[in-house]
Amino acid sequence: MEDLWGTLFSFENYFQLLVLVQNSIYAGALLGVVGGLIGVFIMQRDMQFAVHGISELSFAGASAALLFGINVVLGSLVGSLLAALIIGVLGVRAKDRNSIVAVLMPFGLGLGILFLALYPGRSANQFGLLTGQIVSVDNEQLGLLIGISFAVIVGLGFLWRPLSFASVDADVARARGLPVTAISIAFMILLGLAAAVAIQVIGALLVLALLVTPAAAAMRVTSSPFLTPLLSVLFATFSMVGGILLSIAGALPISPFVTTLSFLIYVACRIIGWRRDAGRSSRMLSPSRTKIPA
Amino acid sequence: MPTHEQSVLRLRSATLEFGDRPLWRDLNLDVKAGEFLAVLGPNGTGKTSLLKTVLGQQALTSGSIELLGAPVRRGSRDIGYIPQQKLLDHGTPLRARDLVAFGINGHRWGLPISTLSLRRRVDDVLESVGATAYASAPIATLSGGEQQRIRVGQAIAGNPKLLLCDEPLLSLDLQHQRAVSELINEKRRELNTAVVFVTHDVNPILGMVDRVLYLAGGQFRVGTPDQVLRSEVLSYLYDTPVEVIHSRGRIIVIGVPDGPGAHGHDVHHVEGGYH
Repeated sequence: MEDLWGTLFSFENYFQLLVLVQNSIYAGALLGVVGGLIGVFIMQRDMQFAVHGISELSFAGASAALLFGINVVLGSLVGSLLAALIIGVLGVRAKDRNSIVAVLMPFGLGLGILFLALYPGRSANQFGLLTGQIVSVDNEQLGLLIGISFAVIVGLGFLWRPLSFASVDADVARARGLPVTAISIAFMILLGLAAAVAIQVIGALLVLALLVTPAAAAMRVTSSPFLTPLLSVLFATFSMVGGILLSIAGALPISPFVTTLSFLIYVACRIIGWRRDAGRSSRMLSPSRTKIPA
Repeated sequence: MPTHEQSVLRLRSATLEFGDRPLWRDLNLDVKAGEFLAVLGPNGTGKTSLLKTVLGQQALTSGSIELLGAPVRRGSRDIGYIPQQKLLDHGTPLRARDLVAFGINGHRWGLPISTLSLRRRVDDVLESVGATAYASAPIATLSGGEQQRIRVGQAIAGNPKLLLCDEPLLSLDLQHQRAVSELINEKRRELNTAVVFVTHDVNPILGMVDRVLYLAGGQFRVGTPDQVLRSEVLSYLYDTPVEVIHSRGRIIVIGVPDGPGAHGHDVHHVEGGYH
């Protein structure tokens, strides 16, 4: 038991390690901002499952790149953009989208496993793509990840208002002359970029913990259009940075720490939201405010 | 031609066919500013398709359709659109006032930064649709009737020339049907907006309607409610004996055939009038 604890947390040489991974911490914080922001729209557009599908194809692209000795981040980008565009074009309706994702996901995962099996290099790199490897990302790739993250943040900032409008009521937005289809495709591209960054950091299997869980948690406690993205970003950044800080203590992968922190925040938000709703519904039952069944 | 005479919406010899199935042929229609047109008829006769042609999402097979004197484009900021009520997901990070603000600046790129003048305008709209009390409530916590008030507010917030209403009373109870339709009517009088109102039940808006466009059996009839909602007119359209009964200010239609293009219900059916 003490051995296990020692493996999980060992604070010898902690500060030397901290200096070594400080670039990863900056990148992790930035990814927290990306994940927190885009998660708000993933939730509104009901795209949680699609994110998973995109990240599996991103994984296939990354492992192909690893096998052929090209930049892994570029490979991952190609895979996720391809998946995002396929899902965006073919899956306009939620039902179609889910079946397309369900078809793409095992295909991408299978391809990725094939490329990894063919790859003669170290096995740590292989698992890294599935379960996270930010600490082993080199500086050149880190620069690329940071560049992509900024692109996603700027892109979301530009799309924000029409994207919110189109997400909540596509028909009305279209009637008002908004290019709803183009906005959806643009969003899918941003989502592909975000997923490509996220799989480098926490792994293809776990991206949802960063792209969905923080936003889902925020939406449990607020409906404000300002607080929701703010809280979501705070939750994601806290999980990310906290996860890195905890993981280097034991030289373990960061993913379990990130996913656990993000899960605990979600549970806390659910409890807070549930207690508040219970308080609210017992307070106001005046006839004008009660809900009319559809 | 002086502008106040100009039609807000003008269809000339408009024909829409899907394959060899005509929905309507040679439809000539002018909707003027301030006019309230109800579009009635059973399911599958092209009511929704008509709205889509106005929104530029459905091309006519032949003929022309113009909005404010120009061929329709894909959507327009001169159009306010009120869709069917649909419940929004809990957690949707928008308040009632945000939805109204989309009607003013939802088309603009960038972050939703609110200015004082925008807030004032939104407050005015919320007040005019009687929604001040829940202006800052999360949209998903509002009842169906409250949400439809907000949607009316959103639709009129940009001072549209044409209000397109696609079954906006569906799934509301009678009290809210009345409230929402009166609100739409009040706004068209205040703002002199043309209203095209698609509905399967004319009764909640009977007292407001200037003219009716009745679509059935690949044919149509335009006129005042008294001219169109008559036994002989509907019998002709449906090509079968149909009886229109006026009862206590309501219109009830009996004998509408079931079958392709005419299934479902109609305006006005007998079965207890639950619509």
